[in-house]
Amino acid sequence: MVRIKFRGQEWELKPGLRVKEAIKKVGLSPNAVLAVKGGKLLTEDVVLREGDEIELISVISGG
Amino acid sequence: MRCKKCDQPAVIRMHQHRLALCKEHFVEWVLNRVADTIRSFRMFSPKKKILVAVSGGKDSLVLWDILLKLGYKADGLHLNLGIGEYSERSLDYVLKFADSHPEADLIIVDIKERYGMSVPELAEAKKHGRGRKICSLCGLVKRHEMNRVANERGYDVVATGHNLDDEAATLLGNLLNWKIEYLAHQSPVLPSTYPGLVRKVRPLVRLYERETAAYALVEGIEYIREECPHALGAKSLLYKEILNRLEDEMPGAKQRFYMDFLKARREGLIKLQPPPAQQLHPCEVCGQPTSAPGKCAFCRLWEPGSSSGS
Ligand code: SF4
Ligand SMILES: [Zn+2]
Ligand SMILES: [Zn+2]
Repeated sequence: MVRIKFRGQEWELKPGLRVKEAIKKVGLSPNAVLAVKGGKLLTEDVVLREGDEIELISVISGG
Repeated sequence: MRCKKCDQPAVIRMHQHRLALCKEHFVEWVLNRVADTIRSFRMFSPKKKILVAVSGGKDSLVLWDILLKLGYKADGLHLNLGIGEYSERSLDYVLKFADSHPEADLIIVDIKERYGMSVPELAEAKKHGRGRKICSLCGLVKRHEMNRVANERGYDVVATGHNLDDEAATLLGNLLNWKIEYLAHQSPVLPSTYPGLVRKVRPLVRLYERETAAYALVEGIEYIREECPHALGAKSLLYKEILNRLEDEMPGAKQRFYMDFLKARREGLIKLQPPPAQQLHPCEVCGQPTSAPGKCAFCRLWEPGSSSGS
């Protein structure tokens, strides 16, 4: 399984998806988040593998 | 995915530029883009003294970092608004950044210490506590204090971290509500139109929020990730979400929306009549330019008993 975290929420997805597909799958916009693994940025074409833990960071701020 | 310039693994792909870059070339690209923005909008020349308004959020710290890397004399101004834990944590991030950049000065103004009330206390006293009214008060306080500090300490220009998403969201809001006056004014440069009114610039207006966030990440700039509790439900967040959905389907949509608006206005294709210039005069208490007779809106805020405000 691939674990995706975003603002206290968590999802488990099957391995084999690309970062961009995973972001869309959990209902977010690829333009509104960055995907990070072990502190490093991932480009959206990276294929997620079994055991990956991905943190999505919201890039949107402001009131 | 590989960097277009050096073939190393890319850290970011920017669809709207059809560009993927490695860490090193992304940082270089950001610095060049901001330097070019400063030049092409004639924001300031290399010798000017710049005061960067730093909230502790990503954009303002990224802006400060970029200006220092580009070799500008850029100091930080942080306003402690007294919004509970959010303000305390924001201050921590600002202090952390300033500590690791001894070449720059940091000025901190604690609103409660200086004026006797924090922004939420002020909002409560003005019965502005509910809804989003606190933000209009807060905005007034911030504008006044940035201008005051810049004047008192001899800064030529105040720089803020507004990015392209902020500007596009504002533009969408102004269009949806046909705020002609705001459409006429919305600009990356607000010149000084009266003595004592400091020039204001937004050097990050050609960067997407995603790019400023990525820059913070690759450069190890830590910033406050939570929102101000009063930002929840802000219309601007909804506008940004909508614009990002558009961007997902139409790469470059946000950029075209905003940059082409500026271009069309500059070329006279959109004729917006700015409202007639208001008669300004110095506030009788603080001396800042104001159109109100006697005291400015900021100084009237702190008068006991008055319940109006912004
Ligand atoms: S969200 Fe409103 S109250 Fe909070 S910092 Fe921004 S303007 Fe001030
Ligand atoms: Zn490279
Ligand atoms: Zn005043």
